[in-house]
Amino acid sequence: MTFEVSNMALALPEMFMLAMACITLLAVSFLGKNGAKAAYSLSQLTLAITAIIIYQSLGQTGTTFDGTYIKDGFSDVLKLVICLINMLVLLYSTSYLKARDLFKGEYYVLAIFSTLGMMIMVSAGHFLTIYLGLELMSLCMYAMVAMYRDSFVATEAAMKYFILGALASGMLLYGMSIIYGVTGNLSISAVSASIQAGSLDNTVLSFGIVFLVIGIGFKLGAVPFHMWLPDVYQGSPTAVTLFIAAAPKIAAFAMAIRLLVGGLGGAYEYWQDMLIMLSVLSMIIGNVVAIAQTNIKRMLAYSTISHIGFILLGVLSATQEGYAAAMFYALVYSLMTLGGFGMIILMSRQGFEADQLDDYKGLGRRNPWFALMMLILMFSMAGIPPLVGFYAKLMVIKSIVDINMLSIAIVAVLVSVIGAFYYLRIIKLMYFDAPEQKQLLEAPSDMRVMISINGIAVLMLGLFPGSLLALCASIFPL
Amino acid sequence: MIALSDFLILGALLFSMSVAGIFINRKNIIILLMCIELMLLAVNLNFIAFSHYSGDIAGQIFVFFILTVAAAEAAIGLAILVVLFRNRHTINVAELDKLKG
Repeated sequence: MTFEVSNMALALPEMFMLAMACITLLAVSFLGKNGAKAAYSLSQLTLAITAIIIYQSLGQTGTTFDGTYIKDGFSDVLKLVICLINMLVLLYSTSYLKARDLFKGEYYVLAIFSTLGMMIMVSAGHFLTIYLGLELMSLCMYAMVAMYRDSFVATEAAMKYFILGALASGMLLYGMSIIYGVTGNLSISAVSASIQAGSLDNTVLSFGIVFLVIGIGFKLGAVPFHMWLPDVYQGSPTAVTLFIAAAPKIAAFAMAIRLLVGGLGGAYEYWQDMLIMLSVLSMIIGNVVAIAQTNIKRMLAYSTISHIGFILLGVLSATQEGYAAAMFYALVYSLMTLGGFGMIILMSRQGFEADQLDDYKGLGRRNPWFALMMLILMFSMAGIPPLVGFYAKLMVIKSIVDINMLSIAIVAVLVSVIGAFYYLRIIKLMYFDAPEQKQLLEAPSDMRVMISINGIAVLMLGLFPGSLLALCASIFPL
Repeated sequence: MIALSDFLILGALLFSMSVAGIFINRKNIIILLMCIELMLLAVNLNFIAFSHYSGDIAGQIFVFFILTVAAAEAAIGLAILVVLFRNRHTINVAELDKLKG
C-alpha cells in the first residue's frame, strides 16, 4: 500500500469537516460568551462547503486508505443529503435553543462531529471504519441529549440511550468478530468475496449474521429493539430529537446496506427471514401503539418505528429495485421527519414545548399557512397521494410483491391504513377543534421560510418523483 | 495447548454474562456500565483469538481501536451518570421511569 495525496483526496469532504470541527471547537473555547454565535455560523459554513465539495466530485469513484474508505454514487448522494438535512436541523434548532438557555457552542460542535461520524459510516468499506463512524456519531448524540442538564427527563433519556446504544454496538462488534473468524477478513469486499467463493462454515456465519442484524436493528430502532426510541425522542429537547431523528437514520440505513448487501449479499437467505420479522413487527407495533399516544414527539417516535419497518421491507427483498426503493424511502423519511419536528419547534416558545396533541387544536384558525404545511407533512407520512410518502410506500411494497411475498405486502397495506388514523387525528385537531390559546406563532423569518420550503418540497417531490427515483435506481448495484 | 474453541467459549460466556447483567440488574447504573465494558472485552477476546489462530494481524489492531473507543464511551457514560445523579439523587435503575407510554 502506498500513500499518495491524489488517493487521499477522495476523502476530502471528511478531512475538511474534521479540520473545521476542530476550528469550531477552538473558536468556542476561546470566544467564551460569543462562542455560540460563531459556532453556529462556522458549522453552517462547514456543512455548506462540505456539500459543495461533495457535489463537485460527483461521479468520481474509487477506494482509498487501503480499501477502508469507499467513494461511490451511494456514498455521494447520501452524504450530500446528510449535509443538507443537518444544515436545516441547525437552522430549525437555533430558535429553540435560544429560548431555553441552551444556545451554547457545544451543540454545534457535537453536531458537526456527529455528522462526520455519519459520513464515515456511509463511506465505510471496512468493519473498522463502520465501527468508528458509528461510535463517533453515537457518542456525540448521547452527549447532545444530556446537554439539557437541568431537565429531569432529558438526563433519563440520555442514560437510556447510552446504555442501549452501547449494547447495540457490543452486539454489532460480536457479530463482526464472528464473521471475521469465519471469513478471516475485516474488509467488506474481502468478506463478500470469500462468501461468494463458498466453502465457509454456514452455521457459524449465520450465528455472526444474527448479531449483526440485532446491532443494525437497535441502531435503526426496529421492533423488538425499539424500546429506547420513544423514550429518547420524548425526553430529549426537541432540537436534539430533530437531530437524532433525521440524518442518523440515513447513516444507519447506509450501514445496513454496506454490511448486509455489500458484505453479506451472497448470504442473503440468512438475513432475509430475520429482516422479515423485524420489518413486520415494526410496522404493526409502530402504527398500533402510536394511536394510544398523547405526546406528539412520542407519537412521531412510533411513526418512525413503522417507517423503519417499511425501509427494511425494501432491504429484505434482496433485489436492486428493493434497495433503491428503500433508499428512496430513507431519504423521503428524513425530509418528512425534519418537517414534522420542525413544526413542533415552530409551535413551541419559551416555557411551552408544544409536545401535546391538544396544543395543535385550532392551528388552522391561528395560522392557516403553517397548518397547511403540517397537513402536507402528515398526509405524506400517512402515504396519501399525491405526496411523496405515497410513492415511497408504493415502491417498497412493489419490490415485495415482485418477489412474491404477497402476505407481507398485505400486512404493509393494512397497517398503513391503521396508521392513517393518528395522522388524520392531528389534521382533525388542527382544522375542526377550537383553539385553546390565542397567541400568535413567533418564529424567526428564516425558519418560517425553510419550513415552508420543506413542506412544499414534500409536495413537489410527490408530484414529480421521477428524478429522485431515477437517481436512487441508478446507484444500485453498488 | 489451548484450542481456539476454548477462547470462543470463554468469550461467549463473558458476553452472555454481560448481556444478562444489563437486563437482570435493576439496582445500580454503575453495574450497567461495568457490564458494557465486560461486553466489549468479550468481543476483544474473540478478535484476538481469531487473529492469533489465523495468523492475521488485523484483528489485533481492531482491538486497540475498540479499547480506545471503550474508554471514550465510559467517559461519556460516567458524565451522564453524574448529571443524572445531580437531578435525581439516585442511581437506581428501577427509578428511571419518568418516560413511559
